[in-house]
Amino acid sequence: MAGARELPPDEVLVQRLRDGDEETFALVLDTWSGSMLRLAMSFVSTRDSAQEAVQDTWLAVIKGIGDFEGRSSLKTWVYRILVNTAKARGTKESRTVPFTSLLPEEEGPTVDADRFRAPGEPYAGHWAVGQKPQPWHIPEDHVLRGEVREVIAEAIDELPPRLRTVITLRDVAGYGSEEVCDLLEISPGNQRVLLHRARALLRRKLEKYLSGAHDVAGGRGRA
Amino acid sequence: MNCGEFVELVTAFLDGAMDEPTELRCLTHLAECDGCETYLDQFRQTVAVLGEQPAQSLPTEARDQLRGAFRALWRD
Ligand SMILES: [Zn+2]
Repeated sequence: MAGARELPPDEVLVQRLRDGDEETFALVLDTWSGSMLRLAMSFVSTRDSAQEAVQDTWLAVIKGIGDFEGRSSLKTWVYRILVNTAKARGTKESRTVPFTSLLPEEEGPTVDADRFRAPGEPYAGHWAVGQKPQPWHIPEDHVLRGEVREVIAEAIDELPPRLRTVITLRDVAGYGSEEVCDLLEISPGNQRVLLHRARALLRRKLEKYLSGAHDVAGGRGRA
Repeated sequence: MNCGEFVELVTAFLDGAMDEPTELRCLTHLAECDGCETYLDQFRQTVAVLGEQPAQSLPTEARDQLRGAFRALWRD
């Protein structure tokens, strides 16, 4: 799957879809369905249901492509249909993920307070002795890099739904912050809090993984 | 600014979403704190790896059905 093909610009893409060019349809289908699946998972309770949401979205796209007005990018339009479809499913499964306000567990520090010098100590709030982040080396080797990606993939799946939604859109699917705020109807401030929290959790996973695995030749045994 | 404050500002810093004085305080802190410089770099690397996530994919069956639906629309 590495090196996904570049998609042509929107005007070309839309025209070809309207002309019934099946190769183009297959191309967008294959390029976007992966991140759409992951995004749908944030709103519904099972993988099957996420898959159905993605399928329903594509059917709506096929039927609606003639009405697409080009006011947003094609991708944003498709993803907005997905979000609406998945949300509706989630509501039916009574698993709504409202974004209007932050939950208590989404606020507060993202780095363990123990890693900083305690208040009252000299240099309070600065990294404590032995707690400073140690530089990493993410391997360039394909296999090992693949392992790192797997660690991240698992960690994404374990994130609370709202954090997963935002980080999937921003960092996996590559949306800008404004688009994400639009898509989820969420304030820029809340979007940033959720994204920051999600990234901090994933950074910690990587830190744990890389510090445990780096010296071990040929495997991920414990140090 | 101390490290505990800096680590909460990294996403705003990377998004360029802070006012100038705060950005300047971040830059000043970074210039003298290698721990936070490392933290920032690790955040960047985490984001980079996230962007490399291989796509999950629809099962072949679902994919074929959708291609069929697309084709069908143009047949009639
Ligand atoms: Zn610092």
